[in-house]
Amino acid sequence: MAEPAPTRPAVQHLVVRYAKRGKMRFASHRDVARAFERGVRRAGLPIAYSAGFTPHPKISYAGGAPTCVASEAEYLSLALTVRQDETQVCQRLDAALPDGIDVIEVTEGAGIDGKPSAGHHPGAAPSGGFGHLEASQWRVVLPGVGPAAAQRAVAGFLALGEAPVERLTDKGVRRLDARAAVVEMNVVEMNVVEMGSTTADPDDGQHAVVTGYEDCAILRMVVLHTAPAVRPEDVLTALREQAGIVPSSPPMTTRLEQGPRARLAGEALLTGEKGS
Amino acid sequence: MPVESVYPALEPLLPRVRKPIQYVGGEVGSVTKDWDSADVRWALCYPDAYEVGLPNQGIQILYEVLNERAGVLAERTYTVWSDLEALMRENGVPQFTLEAHRPVGAFDVLGVSFATEMAYTNLLTVLDLAGIPLYSAERTDGHPLVIAGGHAAFNPEPVADFLDVVVLGDGEQAVLAITDLIRDWKQAGQPGGRDGLLLRLSKVAYVPRFYDVTYHPDGKISKVIPNHPDVPFTVSKYTVMDLDAWPYPRQPIVPVAETVHERYSVEIFRGCTRGCRFCQAGMITRPVRERSITTIGSMVANGVAASGFDEVGLLSLSSADHSEINEIAVDLADCYEGTNVGLSLPSTRVDAFNVTLADELSRNGRRSGLTFAPEGGSERMRKVINKMVTEEDLLRTVTTAYASGWRQVKLYFMCGLPTETDADVLAIAQLARRVIAAGREAAGRRDIRCTVSIGGFVPKPHTPFQWAAQCPPEVVDARLRALGGALRADRSYGKAIGYRYHDGQPGLIEGLLSRGDRRVGGVILAAWRDGARFDGWSEHFSFERWQRCAEAALAGEPVDLAWYTTRERDYSEVLPWDHLDAGLDRDWLWQDWQDSIAPEGSGVAAEVEDCRWTPCYECGVCPAMGTEIQVGPTGERLDGRRLLPVVGGR
Repeated sequence: MAEPAPTRPAVQHLVVRYAKRGKMRFASHRDVARAFERGVRRAGLPIAYSAGFTPHPKISYAGGAPTCVASEAEYLSLALTVRQDETQVCQRLDAALPDGIDVIEVTEGAGIDGKPSAGHHPGAAPSGGFGHLEASQWRVVLPGVGPAAAQRAVAGFLALGEAPVERLTDKGVRRLDARAAVVEMNVVEMNVVEMGSTTADPDDGQHAVVTGYEDCAILRMVVLHTAPAVRPEDVLTALREQAGIVPSSPPMTTRLEQGPRARLAGEALLTGEKGS
Repeated sequence: MPVESVYPALEPLLPRVRKPIQYVGGEVGSVTKDWDSADVRWALCYPDAYEVGLPNQGIQILYEVLNERAGVLAERTYTVWSDLEALMRENGVPQFTLEAHRPVGAFDVLGVSFATEMAYTNLLTVLDLAGIPLYSAERTDGHPLVIAGGHAAFNPEPVADFLDVVVLGDGEQAVLAITDLIRDWKQAGQPGGRDGLLLRLSKVAYVPRFYDVTYHPDGKISKVIPNHPDVPFTVSKYTVMDLDAWPYPRQPIVPVAETVHERYSVEIFRGCTRGCRFCQAGMITRPVRERSITTIGSMVANGVAASGFDEVGLLSLSSADHSEINEIAVDLADCYEGTNVGLSLPSTRVDAFNVTLADELSRNGRRSGLTFAPEGGSERMRKVINKMVTEEDLLRTVTTAYASGWRQVKLYFMCGLPTETDADVLAIAQLARRVIAAGREAAGRRDIRCTVSIGGFVPKPHTPFQWAAQCPPEVVDARLRALGGALRADRSYGKAIGYRYHDGQPGLIEGLLSRGDRRVGGVILAAWRDGARFDGWSEHFSFERWQRCAEAALAGEPVDLAWYTTRERDYSEVLPWDHLDAGLDRDWLWQDWQDSIAPEGSGVAAEVEDCRWTPCYECGVCPAMGTEIQVGPTGERLDGRRLLPVVGGR
């Protein structure tokens, strides 16, 4: 009779911040997880495995950006059985992953910015070791939407007490209040984006792809991680239903940051001011 | 001339389709070469969904073989699902490759691999979306050459009018020979235009348009003859004779999307001479050519390191038959002990030795299920198909499995085999109950399971059963229902016996496409125009559509769906694939067919041994093809410390 392989204990937990860029924005959570499991093996990292007859590599994921949504701020943590240098892990793992699933930073421990994962926000989505990721800052490019119309829609949305929307999921229709999760939202002024070319963005230095659209508004919003989760697409549904905002082709959404609510709200304001 | 990426036009469509990741490429192991520095450019197509096509070994091997050559570029393309197909048509986005999203119409060659006939309608989707005229005769110098290969290409006649060139057999050397001819022709200033190139290619492959087919008034084929003086009367298959010199895939393409097989696979040998009479693969891939244990070891080590896969499949038509399979299993299990890399032997014969092998390979993991293929329910039936397994063999094998901790055994059978009666199929129920009874005794526990899996038999070209009448779907379905009833009849076995079956109707259309001639091309086109897509997927297959389209397309002919499928052929009939040579002696095939159904006097089918262990029985392949059996043992062993990634070479 086969015995399960003995497991070696984890001696180090590394937090990995990674991006989902370019064509890889079309990867789902499960696609990304598979890529990391293979990437960790290709990189030869001493990953810890769970016990039992079907051991799984010990990688835990903070709630991932939805399929078709890009991100500069995804997080996961790796449990390793032999201590590794963070910079080395960053390089090796990045080299072992498909282009577009890019490792940005690897840090020790379960927190980022040196902050422990305490201060779980009431109503926050359950997240193993990622409790401080209370909110996300998103950028949404809306092709074919004029900035003035976007401004009016945003002002109207922020003035609402609630914005009930429905989203069709595999499990049926889900009803959410899109307004409740939105801490901030503003329209970024057009001069941030150079029209007609692939442009560099002041925040992430790259990958703000806006090509050839004559008219496009860019929204920034800070959305709380609630349960059930409100996605940028839910906010866009509300904008469509409340203010008739209909992009000429699918919006391009990017998660720029995740972190504590207070910090993100401040940053969004700053970048908004910087843009104007 | 630079070729523009279609990605900017495709990207806005992707958020509107299911699983968009399958259309973006970017996989580890994929290669994007510079367009302008290549002089021969291949688009390799597996005409099914990405999730099925990506793991295909044939495409992965040819992809690497071609891309390793300087001046040669190969990219991949798969059939898009209907949601994206509709959006592409609406927005004028052509069929594209995944590497650089180049339009398929810009390539020199569209190479299509047919593992199954049910993908023929998908070929038409790919051609149409690529802007390539469906009929070979309508293509001009600017269009890619459409070249097909794969097992189904051993009778390409139903799709002959849609193909420019067909390659029979192993593709590794064939694609290079074709590449050279295309390059020479281009460098010489394209003498003779498209036909000039096809004429050159007719020396190394089958060019259907250089052959005319004529028919008798009763619908049977009268002749298949070349219509050009320089074209050979028959075309032979390719056989790679040293698998160690072709250690591919070395750098497997690792999908980001989920696919049907998530593992690194090594073909441990090619060919099979077990002589199962229903098995086209075993007949057309002869002789057996083993890959050596040392090459297998280094391919596994390299492949796992390069891919990050945690499962290794040791593939072949009957993997336990490798002359050093025991050493391979033990040594690989040693090398990967405690590493979370799983090893599997997907294709196993009914043989207690296979359980020992499976035990070895599963040292690291869970013993969930083992699969065996007795194929025929009764001993008489198994003799007819030359699957030499007695009931004692089967019971010994499964009790060994249950006793060593395996909880579930899956048994594969076929229904509708030549000479089959209801009793032959019902015998499966009896067998399954004996399996459970013996298994409970051997394991000393009651929670073991046996799943019976059964599908309809489809007679295939180049096999002894190529002359057989296919069993009508009504008969197949009635027998499958009766078997289901018999399996459920005895409550004392309750949930211990599972039952899975495939309906008979898709098999009849597979039969039409397998043994059809050029007139079937009209049926395929009609079905495709009527909306047939992904016919290999039961949820997309419509029997009613195919029946209706066959009736309409064959209305002016003396033949119909039944004529192609449920009709037995006689010795003198010219079969649509008789001019395509797999090396098998036609008279040997006929004798083997006679031996299976009407053996002299005895009433029992005559059995054929395996020529690896008994004298040659003259199937004809080796002398016709200039090949020979290549088996070990080599006497080498694998050592974990020596099993380091090394790049093999030819």
